[in-house]
Amino acid sequence: MRLSYPPNIKIIQVPCTGKVDVLYLLKSFQRGADGVYVAGCMEGDCHYLTGNLRARKRVEFTKKILDEIGIGGERLEMYNMSAAQGPRFVEIAKEMTERIKKLGPNPIKRVASAALEYSATPEKKECVV
Amino acid sequence: MKQQIVTQQNQKTPVGAVLLVGGGVGSIQASLDLANSGFKVYMVEESPAIGGRMAQLDKTFPTNDCAMCILSPKLVECGRHPNIELLTYSELLDIQGEPGNMSAKILKHARYVNESLCTGCGTCQEKCPQKTLSEFEQGMGTRKAIYVPYLQAIPNIPVIDKDMCIYFQKGKCRACEKLCPAKAIDFSQTDQKLDIQVGSIILAPGYQLTNPEVRGEYGYGRYQNVLTSLEFERILSASGPFQGHICRPSDHAEPKRIAWIQCVGSRDPSINKGYCSSVCCMYATKEAIIAREHDPEVRPTIFYMDIRAHGKGFDQYYERARDDYGVRFIRCQISKIIERPKSKNLLIAYVDEGGKIVEEEFELVVLSLGMSASEKSRNLAQTLGIKLTPYSFCQTASLSPMETSRPGVYVCGTFQSPKDIPETVSQASGAAAFASEIISSARGELVTIKELPPEQSIAGEEPRIGVFICHCGINIGGIVDVPSVKEYAKTLPHIVYVEENLYTCSQDNQAKIREVIQEKQLNRVVVASCSPRTHEPLFQETIRDAGLNKYLFEMANIRDQCSWVHMDKKKEATEKAKNLVRMAIAKASLTEPLHEQELKINKRALVVGGGAAGMTAALGLADQGFEVVLVEKEKQLGGNLRDLYYTIHGNNVQEFMHSLIEKVHNHPLIQIILNGVIVDAGGFKGNFKTGIMSGPGMAYRKIEHGVTIIATGGEEYKPKEYFYGHDERIMTQHELEGRIVHKEIDPKDLQEIVMIQCVGSRIPERPYCSRICCSSAIKNALKIKEINPNAHIYIIYRDIRTYGFLEDYYTKARKAGVIFIRYDLDNKPETSLEKESLRVSVFDPSLRETIVINSDLLILSSGIIPRDNEELATLMKLQRTQENFFLEAHMKLRPVDFATEGIFLCGLAHSPKPLDESLSQAKAAVSRACTILAHDTIMVSGIVAQVEEKKCAACLTCVRVCPYKVPFINEQGVAQIDVALCQGCGSCAAECPGKAIQLQHFKDEQIITKSSALFKENVA
Repeated sequence: MRLSYPPNIKIIQVPCTGKVDVLYLLKSFQRGADGVYVAGCMEGDCHYLTGNLRARKRVEFTKKILDEIGIGGERLEMYNMSAAQGPRFVEIAKEMTERIKKLGPNPIKRVASAALEYSATPEKKECVV
Repeated sequence: MKQQIVTQQNQKTPVGAVLLVGGGVGSIQASLDLANSGFKVYMVEESPAIGGRMAQLDKTFPTNDCAMCILSPKLVECGRHPNIELLTYSELLDIQGEPGNMSAKILKHARYVNESLCTGCGTCQEKCPQKTLSEFEQGMGTRKAIYVPYLQAIPNIPVIDKDMCIYFQKGKCRACEKLCPAKAIDFSQTDQKLDIQVGSIILAPGYQLTNPEVRGEYGYGRYQNVLTSLEFERILSASGPFQGHICRPSDHAEPKRIAWIQCVGSRDPSINKGYCSSVCCMYATKEAIIAREHDPEVRPTIFYMDIRAHGKGFDQYYERARDDYGVRFIRCQISKIIERPKSKNLLIAYVDEGGKIVEEEFELVVLSLGMSASEKSRNLAQTLGIKLTPYSFCQTASLSPMETSRPGVYVCGTFQSPKDIPETVSQASGAAAFASEIISSARGELVTIKELPPEQSIAGEEPRIGVFICHCGINIGGIVDVPSVKEYAKTLPHIVYVEENLYTCSQDNQAKIREVIQEKQLNRVVVASCSPRTHEPLFQETIRDAGLNKYLFEMANIRDQCSWVHMDKKKEATEKAKNLVRMAIAKASLTEPLHEQELKINKRALVVGGGAAGMTAALGLADQGFEVVLVEKEKQLGGNLRDLYYTIHGNNVQEFMHSLIEKVHNHPLIQIILNGVIVDAGGFKGNFKTGIMSGPGMAYRKIEHGVTIIATGGEEYKPKEYFYGHDERIMTQHELEGRIVHKEIDPKDLQEIVMIQCVGSRIPERPYCSRICCSSAIKNALKIKEINPNAHIYIIYRDIRTYGFLEDYYTKARKAGVIFIRYDLDNKPETSLEKESLRVSVFDPSLRETIVINSDLLILSSGIIPRDNEELATLMKLQRTQENFFLEAHMKLRPVDFATEGIFLCGLAHSPKPLDESLSQAKAAVSRACTILAHDTIMVSGIVAQVEEKKCAACLTCVRVCPYKVPFINEQGVAQIDVALCQGCGSCAAECPGKAIQLQHFKDEQIITKSSALFKENVA
C-alpha cells in the first residue's frame, strides 16, 4: 500500500507477540528507546492461538513497572491489527509518535545525554509478528 | 469402473505430469497440490501472468482479507516451484491420446522479451512512450505498450503488446530495447508451438463477467456513474487506479449515496442466464462494507431479490453489514435508472416495505454482474470435445462435479458452475485428486529433486558477513541513498564484503552471491532489500546452494518498511536504512546454523467418519495407493446417505451408497473399524498415534498414521418449533422424503402442503444458513407435483437460496405452481393444531395480508447441525466455529486444512452442504493429504524452542503456556519440548521464569542485540 508513516519507527520482527519478553521491553528503554509498542494480530486471530493475549498481559505488567521506575507506562503500548489493515498501522504509528513527542525523550537518556551533551530525537522500536 | 478401462487401454506406464489450463486461484491450488505430491505440472495461462480474477479483487468476504496479500505467497510459490512450469501468454490448441498418456499442443505467443534474461526491473515499462488502457484496471488506469499486468505479477516478465507498440506499428522507437539493462528485449521472437506429454488435464479457465449491456435499462456505458462490480473493486483497491480513494468517474467527487443492483445478468431466463451467480450478494455486501470503512459517510444501499448468504460465516457477515455498517438492503427489482443531466446523479425508483413507490437519488450505482462462461472456454471445450451445459458451462456428472465428459480431463472452479473462492479452491484440490489418481503409478517420475552440496561447518569461526544492498530499480534507490548505506555498512564490525545491486533478487545476482560466499569465505549473509515475506526463501536457498546453512541469512527490510513508506523524507529514510542494516548485521553476527530434523512419514491415513465424505476420502486415498483406516462410530457405513433417496437432480442415492460401500469393503488397502470410538490422540504431521476402542467388547487398538481426515458429518436438526413431534402430520424434509419413498405417504392423497423454511437456521441460537434446505424443499415439492400435479404446495421462506444452477429448479417449481410466500424473522408463521385441523397462518408482505392455510401436512425444512464432535476436537486439538462445526485453517484459501498440520476435513463436519459438494471436498482432502503422504520424510523447521535442562526448575510454566500443549516434564524431571511438535511461537521462552527455554533463531541474546543495535549510535 506504501502508505507513509513516520521514519522514527523501526520494526523488530518476532515470530509471534507471544515471544515478546518483558526483558526486551525494559532493555529497549534502558538503551534509550523513547517509546515502544507491540503490534500483534487481532484478538482471537493469533496465528499461534493465544500469543497476543499473553503479550497484552505482559505489556500491561511492564507499563506498571515503567510507571514505578519513573519512565512512564504511557511510553509503552500494545495494539492489535491485521495484516490487511495498512491504514490502521499508519494511524497507530502516527498516534504513537505524537504521544511520544509530547512526552519528550526517555528520561534515562536525559540523564545520559546531559552528561554527553547529546540531543536526542525520538526513536522508537516496535515488534511486529 | 473408469479406472479399470483406463488401465486396460494403457498398457504403457502413464505420464507423471498434469496440464492445467488457466492461471487463476483454482489452477494455482491444483498445481501446488500436484507438484507437492510428486507430479510435474504445466500451467497454461492465456494472459501474461497468473493470478486470475482474485488478483483483481480488493478484499475478500467474509474475512475482509486483502485478496492480493493472501494470494501473493501462492503466486510466488508457483513461480519458484521446481516442478511447476508456467506457460503464460500461451494457449492450449489440442489434446490427443488417452487418459494417462496425452499429448497437448500449446501455442506460446511471442513476448518479445527473453524470459531467461529479464530481471523484471521495470525500466522498459517506465521508458516506453506508448500508453494504453489497462485491462487489469478495467480500463480505468493505464499501462504501457510493454507491460506486466499488475504489480505483483508472476512471472514478473513484461510482454510487448504488438498492437500498441510504436515499433511494431510504425517501425520506429525500440526505446525499451536500447534501455533494457539486461538486454532482454527481442523483437525477433516468434510464436512457438510446443508439444507436451501429460497424463491428465485439469481445466480451470475461469469465467467472464456477464456483459452489463444485457440490461440496457441500467445505462451502463451511457451513464458515467454506473459501474460494474469489478470496476468498483478496482476503485476500492489501494493499488488500483485511484489508490483506494473512492471517487466516481464523472467528476471524481467522493460519492456518498451508493447503490448496488443485484442479479444483473443472473436469474434472468430471458437472456439465457437463468442461473444464480452465487457470489454477487456477498461481494456486493463486502464492497458496501469496505466502501463504508473507507468513508464513514458513505450510505450504501443494496437492491436485491433474495440475499444469498449460503456459505460458511456468510449470514453473520450479512447481518454485520446491515446492523453494524448501516448497509441498507431493499428487496426490489429495479426496472430502470435515470441520469440527471447536470449532476450526473442517478435516479432509482423502487417499491418500499410499505408498498409505496419511492424515487431516490444516488451518486454512484454499481451493477452486481454475474458470471458467464467465456467465449474462449467455449471454444476450448469444442476443440477438446468436452460437453457443455445449456448455459455453456462445463458439463459434469451431478455426483462428480470434477469429471468432464472426456475421460482424463477434469474441471474445477467457475467453468464448472459459478462459485466463490473457497469452493473453487476445494474443487481445485479435488480435481487434482482425480487427475493424479489415474497416473498415481507414475508419481515421482518426472519431478526434479535438487541435489544440494554438503553444509560447511562454521564452528569456531568469527562471523564473516557479506552485505548485499538492493536498489530494487528505483523502488529503494530512488529514495534511499544506497551508496552511502553501502559505505556505512563497510564500517561495521565483522563485515568483509559489501555490494550494491540493481536487483539483488535477479537470477544473475544469485550466482554472484554464491561466488562471493566462496571467494570471501563468508559465513553469514545479509541482504538489505524488499521484504522477507516474499524474498527470504529465495536468498536462503541461494546461500544453501553455496553450502551455508539457511539460518545464517538475515534480511534488512529497507523497501517495504523504509523507502516505500518514507517517500517524502529521503534523508530520514537513508538514516533509517542505515539503522536497519546495522540491526540486521548485529543479529546476523549471532545467528547459528540450525538443523531441520528429518522424520520418516508413516504412509497410512486415518479417516474418521464412514458417511459419504469419509468413504469417498478413504477410497480416494486407497486409489492413490495409500493404506487407509476408516473408523465409523455406528455399526454400519453410510451416515446420512441411509436416509436419503433421491437428489434434486434425480440421482438414486441408495444405489450410490451401496456401490460406495461395496467399493470401500472390497478395496484391499482399506481397513474398516465399525462401532469405533477415538479415545486418545497424539503425534504430529507424518506420525500420528490414535487410540480407538471398537466392537462389542470395546477392544483397544492404537493406529499409527501420517495424516488424518475428519469427516464426522452433521445431522438434521430435530425441531422444537411448530409442534414438531406432537402430530404425525408434522415432519422434516428428510422424513417426508423417506415416507414418500416407502409409500407411507401417497402424494395423490394430499391437497394442501405447507413447508416452512429456516426452521432452526438463521436464528440467534444458530445464526447460520444451512444451505441445503431451500433445495430440499423444492426437491420434495417437485416430487409431489410430479405425482400429483393438483396438490397445492406453499413454501414459506425468508430468502430462497437456490444458488448456481439450482436456480433452475426454483424456476421449475414456480412454473409447476408451487406457491412461495415470504416471511420475516419478526413475523414468523404460526401454526395451530386441533384434532382435525392443522392450520398455518402467515403474513404475506406482498399482499400485506395474513394468509391462513388448512394443511394436510406441515413439512419443516430444518437445518443441519454438526454431529457431536466436542470430544474429538479436544483430543485432536481441533478448532471449531461458534456453531461447533470444525474450523479450517483459512476460510478462503485453505478450506479443507486444519490449522494443525496433517489433519484435513471434509463434508458436513466443515459446514452444511449438499452431497455433491461433500464429495468434492472429500476429494480435496485426499489431494491435500497426498501432499504429505507422497513424501518419505518430512523436515521440521529449525525454529523451535529448546530447553536448557540445568536451568529448568520444572515449574510447569511452559506446560501451561504452550498453546499446543507440547512441553511436558520428562522422566529426568525437566521440561521437554518435542521439536517435531513445536510450532515455534516462542510463548514458552518468553514466560519461562528461569530463562531455561530459548527459541532458536530468536534467542534473547539475538533479539536484544538486534534492538540494542538500534541505539548503539546514540550511546557511542
